[in-house]
Formats: sequence, structure tokens, C-alpha cells
Amino acid sequence: MNSSVIVFPGSNCDRDIATALEKMQFKNQMVWHKETKLPKSDLIVVPGGFSYGDYLRSGAIAGKSLIINEVIKAANEGCLILGICNGFQILTETGLLKGVLLRNKNLKFINKDINIKVINSDTKFSNKYKKNQILKINIAHNEGNYFTNSDHLNELKNENLIAFKYCDKDGNVNESANPNGSLENIAGIFNSKKNILGMMPHPERMVDNLISNTDGINLFSSLLK
Amino acid sequence: MKITNQLIEKHGLKPEEYSTIKKLLKREPNLLELGIFSAMWNEHCSYKSSRKHLKNLPTKGKKVIQGPGENAGVIDIGDDDAIIFKIESHNHPSYIEPYQGAATGVGGILRDVFTMGARPIALLNSIHFGSPSHFKTKSLLNGVVSGIGGYGNCIGIPTVAGETKFNSTYNENILVNAMAVGHAKKDKIFYSKAKGLNKSVVYVGSKTGRDGIHGASMASAEFDENSEDKKPTVQVGDPFTEKLLMEACLELMKDKSIISIQDMGAAGLTSSSVEMASKGELGIELHLDKVPCREENMTPYEMMLSESQERMLIILEDGKEKHANEIFKKWDLDFVVIGRTTNTNKLTLKYNNKIEGEIPLDALASKAPIYDRKWVKKKLTKNKVDFKKLKKVKIEDALIKILSSANHSDKNWITSQYDQMVMCDTAQKSGADAAIIRIHNKEKAIAVTVDSSSNYCKAHPLTGGKQIVCENWRNLISVGAKPIAITNCLNFGNPENPKIMGEFAECLIGIKESCEFLNFPVVSGNVSFYNGTNKKNISPTPVIGGVGLIQKLKKTMDHKFKKDDSIIIVIGKTFGHLEQSVFLEEIYSILDGQPPEINLINEKNNGENVLEIINKNLVNAVHDISTGGLLVALAEMSMGTNYGVKINKPKNLTNSLKYFFGEDQGRYILEIDKENFEKVEKILKNNNIFYENIGSTQKDYFEIDKEMRIDIKELYKINNQWYNNY
Repeated sequence: MNSSVIVFPGSNCDRDIATALEKMQFKNQMVWHKETKLPKSDLIVVPGGFSYGDYLRSGAIAGKSLIINEVIKAANEGCLILGICNGFQILTETGLLKGVLLRNKNLKFINKDINIKVINSDTKFSNKYKKNQILKINIAHNEGNYFTNSDHLNELKNENLIAFKYCDKDGNVNESANPNGSLENIAGIFNSKKNILGMMPHPERMVDNLISNTDGINLFSSLLK
Repeated sequence: MKITNQLIEKHGLKPEEYSTIKKLLKREPNLLELGIFSAMWNEHCSYKSSRKHLKNLPTKGKKVIQGPGENAGVIDIGDDDAIIFKIESHNHPSYIEPYQGAATGVGGILRDVFTMGARPIALLNSIHFGSPSHFKTKSLLNGVVSGIGGYGNCIGIPTVAGETKFNSTYNENILVNAMAVGHAKKDKIFYSKAKGLNKSVVYVGSKTGRDGIHGASMASAEFDENSEDKKPTVQVGDPFTEKLLMEACLELMKDKSIISIQDMGAAGLTSSSVEMASKGELGIELHLDKVPCREENMTPYEMMLSESQERMLIILEDGKEKHANEIFKKWDLDFVVIGRTTNTNKLTLKYNNKIEGEIPLDALASKAPIYDRKWVKKKLTKNKVDFKKLKKVKIEDALIKILSSANHSDKNWITSQYDQMVMCDTAQKSGADAAIIRIHNKEKAIAVTVDSSSNYCKAHPLTGGKQIVCENWRNLISVGAKPIAITNCLNFGNPENPKIMGEFAECLIGIKESCEFLNFPVVSGNVSFYNGTNKKNISPTPVIGGVGLIQKLKKTMDHKFKKDDSIIIVIGKTFGHLEQSVFLEEIYSILDGQPPEINLINEKNNGENVLEIINKNLVNAVHDISTGGLLVALAEMSMGTNYGVKINKPKNLTNSLKYFFGEDQGRYILEIDKENFEKVEKILKNNNIFYENIGSTQKDYFEIDKEMRIDIKELYKINNQWYNNY
């Protein structure tokens, strides 16, 4: 599998995701934001960080960058796209994913390990997980509070486009297990064709037991052909 | 402009210092030159009061590649790996403008580390606030925490450890110390010393603005009722630009383009150019009309004294300008050749080819004033606390009061605002005795921690200085690391006061004694004097940042209990020293008597044995006994786990409070499986180490036989409620 990681000025999880992909035997390339061509890729990752300092609005400037046009093109041709954290924010800015990520409800940056539940395990990104499996995974963001309009929310539910929901360690999806105020505890969503996944939690941080755990590995192994 | 007495005073220079300037120049300086002298001769940049004492510190060792005097210290961790680290204060700016003050403190210390060729891998901090009830504390606390997080999170370096303390001594002068740790290849370390004539001097990074002018002078004076007016001297940070600058510098450092490099920190363009040229025994000529400016009509004076952030000065090898320019262009950063090295041994400042100022470099560096300030020794008090006169208190009540106090409550609400995981090598986060950071793609790891104990230092600076180095050493040992070296941030009051100077001198003697005995050299550091307002000085607060090495990280060691029914032992003797303890402070508001004594021989032996036991994989959890004593340490090991303790009080115990809350030094608690106990006992007996078997772990309850029994979930709740109620 060939993967590409887009590097914006201010991306800071680019090395982390590249390390995880290489560990999972992806053939990975880093792609600088000023490039106007993408290398041949089966998977494109838009990594976490503070692209362009998150000035204006997180993800807003990256959403208008040169390389993002190529990402949009590739996405429309069915290429797999994964946006993590700031990457998710960027994907919503481009319109590839609908909805927005608002400021966390406590108005503070949150970094901690939380639990999420796999809602749809029947996709290219999640087929190695079991449905309703509970994962422990790290979040680190200021703006992870997902919001969308009711039509889109219905679409997300009816088409099974919700990837993950925040839950407690026993799998209960409720207010107290919601770290950032996200609508219906949504932690990650797919587009309607399910070739694009945006998620706030960082699966690349969960691929090594010595550092954390290995709950993120199956996301990458799901993608391997 | 005529240099008046008023102007001299405004620049923080003493009349006799001005006379020396005239002698050195053999003429009157102009305003620009006066500004430059003030920037270089202030306490913050010149170390004029501290230098005499600092040179006594042990700074050499087998593993030391570079000691104090460079941007940061460098140690050898084997193979081709080096660790570069330093701690620095940003106290004065943070009090005036907490968010930006703290943020630029982080930015500044990061530059010190990546300037030397290291990729930063960890950030730490030690922050001290006034009493929680003081009207300023809450906003300062929130501002500083957001500032630290705002900078570190954005640039993408994990903030992995730190300490947050409250004490009324900081009511009007908080402390914000930031430490950065980086990793470099041993043969790729960059220094600030200029070499070679007629080499290009290049300005890179952000543009120069009018922010931070006289910042270093501001940090070299006490506050008064007009401190608010000093806001414009605080710099504004931009972590995004710093990220670009860091990546660009590290990219340029891959080849051999750079002769020397220096960040523009305190006193900006002045100190960086002077430092590079004077270290290289060269001259330097700057064309200030070429300096990229953010604002219009900036004068040479403003350019030379601005402390705008995220800027660097680089001296390049011949013919590398184009290559270097391309890299900085790629990262959208300014890159301008603004001058050359010369053989004049002078700093020459030109604007449109007209000389605006010229100063012999030795006048700014080696001939800067050095003071042998008067200092007086602090006598060790003979006061004892008369326990018979104190109102009786139950052990359980005392424990609960301490655990729910501002100082001893869980700081998770702070650390969860810092990204601790980015870079994916944080094997142990804050909350442990020390954080553990794996070296990327390697088996080895480093442990890092920061410590301070101002109450002990206040009571007896010499003992306090000794103690704080030992405490740091213990914290590294407790996570299974071999302590290697330290950096220190020395926060003190006004050095012109002989008592304060005495606190400084004696703390340093104490630090020296411990460092020498433990073979734990000082490789970098920073002195911050004039911490106080209107003649009220803060308690002496040396902060120690330590680095240790874990050769092969197979699993991490921490202080949390792991199992039911394992044996708990205490290594080191418990005498019950309660003077200067948290117990007396929190329960009776008494801070009197001597601090606990340090026995360096026991300290070293105990530590080395604990390390051996960890390395032999014979122990489940290790915790050093620190402020609060045995019982607080045991509670910290229980909270957040499923296991509490069942402690048997020793027979013939005359005073339980002394036993459980005494702060005797050099002690560790170990949780050991029953089947390993014999092996551990054998090691300790063979090496004549004193230890006590005090009980065992048990499920759910924290218990002292016939004294107290409490659910550990309840303890956890008590320990986590302070901030919610604040």
C-alpha cells in the first residue's frame, strides 16, 4: 500500500503518523503543501497539528492550500483519505466532510486518553475492529466539538456514517463520557462514499505498548489490502 | 542626545558603572551605545552578582560534552546520541502578562536547545504562585497554564513534567521556569562561537518589532506600584513561526553550512551578535538598515534592544548563502545578510553606511562589571516546635487536609491542558516521579524531572540547596534512571541585600556539595535575581531540572501500586523530622525550625541500591518520600489504582504523627512481590542499607492498623477536588 502524508507548515503529527504507517508496512511519502502533484497513493493522510498556526480558524488556511486541490481530486476519484485531529478540521473546511469542529465546551485544550466505541466496522478503515468494540485512545485538541445540521445528522445515522463515538470504559455513550461537547458524542465520521474518514482521536499514538497501547493498529491494518 | 543622569538611571545603570563605560570607551557613549551597555551589563545578561559563586559549581564529568556558557548544556548518553537541555526563568514578564510571559518563556528555552542542533523532545516547567486566596493568583495561574500549553501544544513538543506550587511569598512575584530537552547527534552540535573573517552574518526568522525593548533590564529590577506600566517590555510569542524556524534551522544543520548560530533571546540582536563575536575573538559589523522590521521608522536603538521573538543570528560558511536562503524561503521566513565578521574586535553598527555606534567587544563582555557582593550566613535556627502545646489532630484528618490542599492536590487539571503525547515517545507522562521519553527509534530513554523546595531553602539555604539536588536525584532513581546531570534555575530576591546574597551563596554551596558527591554535574542554568516587590523578597527558590538515562527501556517504572498483598518496605531511616514540614504548615500554619538534614552517604547508597533492585526487576512500584512524609507518599501510590495499604505501626512508636508525616530525607517506598522479597532483602543486607517492612497492599482500602481506614476512591476524590472548588 502506498500512502502519502501531507505536511503543512505547522503540522506536528506528521512524523508520528509516518512512523505508524511505516511500522504497518505502508510505503509512505511525505508531501509538502506547496506541491501541485501527489505521488501515487492508495491512502492520503492529513495529519494533526496546527497548520498555518490555526490562524483565522483551525484548518481554514490549509483548506485553501495548493496541495489540497489534489487531495480533493483524489478523494473524488475514490482514493482513501484519513484526516486526524487538525486533519479532520481541514477536511471539514474543504467540504470533503460535512459539519464543523467547534471550540471544546470547557474552552480548554484537552489532552487525555478517552474511550471510543466503533460504530461502523464495515468500512475500509474499520473492518479489523468489531462493531461496538471499545478503544482507549488519546485526544489532544482545542476544537473537537463536532457539530452539524439536523439533515446531515440524520444522514450520518441513516447511512451509518458515524465511525466512532466517545463512551465510558464500559461502552456507555453519555454526557459524562463526552470530553468536548461533541454532538451525540461523535468522535469520527465518514463521507457518504465511506472513502474519507475524519476523526479527532489520534490512532497513530496507539500503536506501541511501551508508549500507550495498540488500540490504533487495527485502523491501519484494516486499510492494508 | 546628551546623556543625563536621569537617562543613565532609566537604563538601570549605576553612576559608577557609567564612569566605567566612559573609561572603557575613552569618551561619552551616545544613546544607542548606552542602550547596548545597559542590555549587556544588566544582571540578567551579565551575571555580575552571581558569576563569582557560579564558578564553584561542578560542571565537568565523563558524560559532559558542554557545560555552562553555551546556549544549553550537552551530555553524552552513549552511541552517537547527545541530550541538550536547559532551564530558564520568565518570572517578571509572566507576572506582568501571564499568557505571553509564559508562552515566550517556553519559546525562548526551546530556541536555546534547537540552536545547538537538537530536536526538542520534551518540555518541563516549574511554576510558583502566591497564596490561592490572593486576588491575583487565579488569573495568573490560568494565564500561565494556558500560555505554556498554547506554545508547547502548537509547536508540537510534549510538555511532560513539572511542578505547580502556591506560597504567599510569591504573591507579588510569581515564578515561571521552563525547561527544554532535546536530542542531537554527537557530531552535529552547533555552538555560538564565531570563526573566520569576513563571513556573512545572517538574520533569520521573524521580523523585528518594538516589543520587548528593555526586557532584560526590566527583569533585572524589582517591581513597584508602576509594574503595570512595564507591559510593553513583554514580548509576544508566535509558536507557529517558531515551529517554522525550528524546522528550517534543523534542515540547514544537516550539512556544513553553519559556522555558528545563536538565538536572539534576552537583549535580542545585541547579545547575540556580541556573544558570537566576543567568543570568537573577532569583530562584527551590522548594517541595521537591512534588518527586517515589522514597524516603520524603527531606529537603530530600537532594533538593537528589541526582544521580538523567533529570531536567530547565523554565521555562514562562504558561498552557502544561496543554499541557506532557499531553505528559509521554503519555510516562508526572512533571511537577510545583515553584516560580516571583522578583525576589529569591535561591535560596529551602521545605518545606510554611516556609523551609528562602535563599542570594543571586551567592554561589553569580559570587562563587564563583576561584583563580589557582601553576603551574610544564615544561622541554623535552634527553634524546636513544642508538640505538646499543639492541639491534637487525628492522622486521618491530617492526611485528608494535606491531600485536599492546593499544593498537594492532583494537578491533572493542569497537565491535561498540555499535549504530552505528541512525538509518540512519551513512555511516562506527568504525575510520576519523573517523566520518561524514549529516544526516537532506539531502545534507550531518558528520565526528566524538575524540583524545588523553597521552605527548606528559606529555613537554611545550605541544607535546602543540598536537599533539592538530592530530591531530584531520587526522582530519577525512582523511575529506574541513572541520574546524569542537572540544569538549575536560581530564583532569588535582591542581590544588593546581603541577606539575600547570603541565601544565594549558601544555596549554591549546598548544590555544589550534593552535585559533587553524587557525581551529578551542573551543565546549564540561569539566574533570576530581583524577584520581589518594594523590598519584599521571595523565599530563595533554586529549581533543579535533572536528566537521567535508562539504557534499555523494556517497561516503565512508576509509583502506582500494582498488586494485592505485596510487601511494602521503606528504605532509609524514619526519625520523624517535623520542623519545616507540610504537616505543620497545613495543619497548624507553623513554619519553624530546621529543615531535615541531608546525609549524602546514605543518599547515594540508598539510591544506588534502589536502582539495582529496579534493574533486577524485583519491584512493582517505587516512590521517593518527599514533602508530606510517609503517609502522603503511600496515599499517592494508592490513588488512581485498585490497591490501598494495610500498615502496621511499629512497636514502641512514641509519636505517630512524627512517624507518618516526618520529612526525613533519602527514603523510598518499594512495593515488592512476596516471592521477590528474599532477593531484595539480600541485596539490602549485603550493602548495609536500612529498611523497614511496614505492611502490605490490599484491595480498595487505605488502612493503618487500629488507626484509620478509608476507601481509596474517597482519597482520590479528596485529592482531585481542589481546582473544581477554586
